[in-house]
Amino acid sequence: MPEGRPDPDAILASLHREEARALRGRLKIFFGMCPGVGKTYAMLSAARHELQEKTDVVVGVVETHRRVETEALLEGLPVIPRRVTDYKGIQIAEMDLEAILARHPRLVLIDELAHTNAPGSRHPKRYQDVIEVVEAGIDVYTTLNVQHIESRADAVRQITGIAVTETVPDSILELADEIELVDLTPEALLERLREGKVYLGDRAEAAAQNFFKETHITALRELALRFTAERMDKRLREMRGASTATTVWRSGERLLVGVGASPSSTQLVRWTRRMAAAQGAAWLAVNIESSRVLPPDARRRLDQNLALARELGAEVLVTHDESVPAALVRVALQNKATQIVVGKSRNPRWLDLLRGGSLLDRLLRAREPIDIYVVPPERSEKDGAWIDWSSRSPSAPREYAEVFCVIGAITLAGWFLAPHAGYLAIGMLYLTAVISLALRVGRWPILVAGVTSALAWDFVFIPPLFTFYIQKFEDELLFGMYFVVALITGQLTAKVRAQERNERMREERATALFHLTRALSAAQTLDDGVFAALRQADELFSAQTALLLGDEAGSVLTPHFAGSFAIDERERGVADWVWHNRKKAGRFTDTLPSAAGFHVALVRENRALGVLVVRVPPAAELSLAQRDLIESFAAQIALLVEREHLREAGEREKLLTESERLHRTLLDGVSHELKTPLAVLGSVAENIATAEGPLRTELVGEMRTATRRLNRLVNNLLDQTRLESGMLQPKLDWCDASDLVNAAVDGVSDSLAGHPLEIAVPEDMPLFQADTALMEQIIANLLLNAALHTPAGTPIFLAAGVDGPRQRIFFTVADRGPGFPLEMRERLFQKFQRGDAARAGGLGLGLSIIRGFVAAQGGEVVAGENPGGGAVFTVYLPWQPHADVPAE
Amino acid sequence: MNDDPAKSEVLIIDDEAQIRRLLRVTLETAGYRVRESDTAQGGIAEVTFRRPEAVILDLGLPDMPGIEALKRLRDWSKVPVLILSVLGEDEKKIAALDAGADDYLTKPFSGGELLARIRVMLRRAQPSDDLKVLRFGSIEVDLVRRVVSRDGREVKLTAKEHALLRMLVLNAGKVITHRQILRELWGPNAEEQTHYLRVYVGRLRQKLESNPNRPEHLKTESGIGYRLVVE
Repeated sequence: MPEGRPDPDAILASLHREEARALRGRLKIFFGMCPGVGKTYAMLSAARHELQEKTDVVVGVVETHRRVETEALLEGLPVIPRRVTDYKGIQIAEMDLEAILARHPRLVLIDELAHTNAPGSRHPKRYQDVIEVVEAGIDVYTTLNVQHIESRADAVRQITGIAVTETVPDSILELADEIELVDLTPEALLERLREGKVYLGDRAEAAAQNFFKETHITALRELALRFTAERMDKRLREMRGASTATTVWRSGERLLVGVGASPSSTQLVRWTRRMAAAQGAAWLAVNIESSRVLPPDARRRLDQNLALARELGAEVLVTHDESVPAALVRVALQNKATQIVVGKSRNPRWLDLLRGGSLLDRLLRAREPIDIYVVPPERSEKDGAWIDWSSRSPSAPREYAEVFCVIGAITLAGWFLAPHAGYLAIGMLYLTAVISLALRVGRWPILVAGVTSALAWDFVFIPPLFTFYIQKFEDELLFGMYFVVALITGQLTAKVRAQERNERMREERATALFHLTRALSAAQTLDDGVFAALRQADELFSAQTALLLGDEAGSVLTPHFAGSFAIDERERGVADWVWHNRKKAGRFTDTLPSAAGFHVALVRENRALGVLVVRVPPAAELSLAQRDLIESFAAQIALLVEREHLREAGEREKLLTESERLHRTLLDGVSHELKTPLAVLGSVAENIATAEGPLRTELVGEMRTATRRLNRLVNNLLDQTRLESGMLQPKLDWCDASDLVNAAVDGVSDSLAGHPLEIAVPEDMPLFQADTALMEQIIANLLLNAALHTPAGTPIFLAAGVDGPRQRIFFTVADRGPGFPLEMRERLFQKFQRGDAARAGGLGLGLSIIRGFVAAQGGEVVAGENPGGGAVFTVYLPWQPHADVPAE
Repeated sequence: MNDDPAKSEVLIIDDEAQIRRLLRVTLETAGYRVRESDTAQGGIAEVTFRRPEAVILDLGLPDMPGIEALKRLRDWSKVPVLILSVLGEDEKKIAALDAGADDYLTKPFSGGELLARIRVMLRRAQPSDDLKVLRFGSIEVDLVRRVVSRDGREVKLTAKEHALLRMLVLNAGKVITHRQILRELWGPNAEEQTHYLRVYVGRLRQKLESNPNRPEHLKTESGIGYRLVVE
C-alpha cells in the first residue's frame, strides 16, 4: 500500500468504533501514579463544572477518605445511596448499580475503578459495573492508579515490593474515551503527606510507610507518565488513521508465548502483552498439553493464565504434544509467529541435560527463522512448590499398597522357587511383575515398584544373602541393568498409558461433537434437536442443562421444556444478562460468579438466540476444556435454532407468496365475475326501454340470469368468508333427505336448465342430523358444479342413501361430463381452483365451500370417477338413528 | 272475503331507499296503497296513526333491531307483519316468527312471491269464523267433524297427526316454526325434538300427498318450519 493512502477498511473500522461509542456513554479515567495525588479531587472538580453546565450529574460512589478538601467538593452533588448487603453478618455498603441504571443520569461518578465488590454483587469487580453503565449509554468519570493496571502490576510489585491484588484488565483502558493524568511531583506529594492532607486510614498506614518512598514514587510516576504517553502515541496513530493495519501490526510481527500452569507463566503472559503492545503486534498464547495429568490446583492456575491471556487480548490456542519445544515451533510456524517468548529455565542443569538440553537449547536447535526471547523468572517464594505432588491422584495410596503387595508376594514366591530356579530367574520374575504393574498403576508408584523390587532382589536373593552388598561383578552389572530396565519400562508403559488416556479424552471430545452434530442434523424439529443436544450435554458433563430461547422481538426468554432442571429467578436473571450482553456469565466466569449455572449465549451473527445453562454440583468443576466444549455445544445449538428460524421465515415467505397468489386470483376472479353480470344488467337496462316483443322477453331473461349469477357469487364469497373466519357453527338438527334435496333443487333449478336431473332418494331413507342450511348449500353447489362442468343436455344424477354398518349417510352427485384428471383430485377442493373444462363463470369456490361445510359437520367429501364416464362427488355424514318418537 | 288490494294500505319500514322504491312499484302496480318509513320509530308511529292493513318490516334497521320493533308493535297491534331478511339469518327469522311475525321473505326475492305473501296475509287477517271445511288439491279437511278425506275417501289419521294437520290448516298459507308446533303438540319440553315433527310430517305426506317426495301442500321451510300451501 502506498504511504499516506488511508486503508478503507481501517477507516471503516474506526467509523464503526465511533458509531459504537455514540451509542455508549463516554468513559473518562482520572489516572494517577499513586493514592493521594488528587484524582478524586480532580474528578469532583470536573463534575462540579459539568453541574454548572446543567448536566445531570450524580455520584455513584466516591471515597473521600475523610480528606477535607475533597469532602467540601462533594457538597451539593446528588448522591445515589449505597446499597447495603449483608455478607456473613458484616454489613457492606456497595455502589447501587441497579439504582444508577434505573436513574439513568447523563453522567455518573464512580470512584476507584479497581475496587473489588462484595460477594454476591452482580459483578466481582467494579470495572465490570462501569462497563455495564457505559454500555447503557451513561457517561462515567472514574479514577485509577497505575499500579492497578493488569499489565503493570508486576512492574509495580518489582518497584515497591507490594503485591497488588486489585487489578483491572488493560482492555478497560482501551474502552476509555479520555484519560486525564493527574500528576504531582514526588516532592509535592511527600509534602502533602507530611502536612497530613493525605489521610490513608489506619489500615494502610503500615503499607504506606513502605510505599511512599521518594524512589518508589519517582518510579511509579515514570510508569504512569510512560503509560499515558504510550496511549497518546497509539491514539495519535489511530487518529492519523492513515494505515491502521500497518500500524497495529506494524511489522507483521506475531508473538507467541508458551503458557503453562506455573505462576511464572502469569508474568510471561504480561510481559508478552507489553512487548506486543509496544511493537503493535498480534500475539498468541499457547498451552501445550502433554500426557502428564495436572493436579486440580495446577489445572485451575493454567485456566487462570489462559483466561488472563485472553483478557489481555491474546489469541489462545491449546495443542497436544509431548515435546514442548517441538510444539512451540510447530504452532509458531502454523500461525506465522515471528517471535517466541519463553521463560528462563529454573530446572537444575543436570535435569536439562538429561532431557537433551534446556527448553531454550532445544528451541534454538530448531533453526527456524524465529526470534526467541527468554524472560528471566521472578523470584517468588511459592515457585518451588507450584505442583503439588502429594495429591496427584486420589487412588495413589491404593496403588502404592498394590505395589507393595505384589513385590511382597513375588519375594515370598521367590523364596520357595530360588533353590530350584536360581536368583537370576527371580530377577526376571520381579521384572515381569514391575511391567505388569505399570499397566495398572501410575508413574510414581511404578518408580517405587522398580526401586523396591531391585532392593528386595538384591537383599533377599543376590548373594551374599540378606545384605545389599553384591559380591560378583557380573551380579553388580545384572543388578544395574535390572534397575535401569525396570525404571525405563515402567516409565515408558506409564507414559504410553497416559498418552492413551489423553488420546481417549480427545477422542471422546471429538466423538461428543460428532455425535452432537449428527443428532442435530438428523433432528426433524427444533425440539428434537434441543432434546438430543441437552441429553448429550447432561451425560458428557455429568451436569444438568437447560436452554432458554428468545422470541423474535427479543423481549422474552422462555425456558425450553427439554431442560433437565428448572430455572429459578436468580438463574433467570443471569440468563437475561447473558442474553442481552451476548457474553458468558455465572459460575466459572467473572460476571455473577455466585450463580449455580454456567451460562453461555447462543450467538449467531451478532444476535443472541438464547442461552445455554449448564449446572454441575457445587463440589464439581468444569475445566476450561469442558467449558470450551460447552461453548461449541452452544454454537451448534445456535446453528440449529437459526436453521429453525430460517425455516420459519421461509415458510412465512411461502405463505405470503401463496396468499398473494390467492389475493390476485380473488381480485381477478371477483372483478371478472362481478363485472360480467353488471355489464349485462347495464346494457339490458339501456335497451329494455326501447325493446318490444320477444326481444324484451329475452332481455328480461338475460337480466334474471345475471342477477342469479351475482347472487350466487355473493353467497359463495360470504360462505367462504364465514368458513375462513372460523365463525361457522353448524346447527345440527334432524333432517329429511327429501326435504333437503327439494329445497336444494328448487334453489338451483333455473341454473340446471338443459341438464335432465335424476333424483334417487330411497323411500326408507332415515332422518339424520345435519345443519339444514349447510346441507342445502352443499347439494346445491354440487349440482351447480356438475352443470357448470358438463356439456348442456347431459344428465345429472343425485342420490342419497344410508350406509348402516358404517353409520353414515351419503349424498352423491354424478355427471356424464369429461370428469377430471386424476392428478387434479387433490387440488379440486382448494380455493380458486377452477376446472379446465369449466365454462365461463364461477370463482372456483364451490368445492372449497362444500368441503368446508361438510367438514364442519364432521363428514367428508370424496371425488371420484363415474364408472360410465364423468365425475362423482360423494358427501358422507356421520349417522345415528334418532331416538324413538313417543307412541300415542 | 275481502282482499281487494285497492282498499288495503301497506306500510314499508326499510332504511334502503331503493328497496322501498322497488316494493312501492311492485305493490302499487298490484293496486295497493303504499306508505314508507325509513326508521323503526317512524314506522311504529305510522302504524299508530294510519292503521295500515299490512306491514313489511326489514330486520336490519338503523335505530332499533327489527325484532325489537316487532315486539313493540305486537304489544298493541295485530297488524300482519312480513319480515324482510338476508340469507343466513335463520335465527333472526325464527325469533321474529316466534315473536309474532306472520311471514318472511329472504332477499333477493321476486315480486310475485312478495304479492302472494301479502295476499295470504291480508286474507288471513279477515275475520272468518266460518272456517269449518278446507279444501286443497284433492284433500278436504273438515275441522268440525274431524274428518280428512283424499279424493273423496276418508283418510285415517292418528290423534297427533290430526292435531298437526289442524294446526297447519288453521294457519294455512303461513309459516309455523318447529318450536311453535312442538310446544303446541308435545309441550314445552319437546321444543328441541325436531325428529318428532319430521316423522309426523313424513307420515302426513305419505297419507295425503300424491308424491310424498315432492310435496305440493305440506311444504318444508328449510330450517324454519312448515307451511300449508293451499293455492
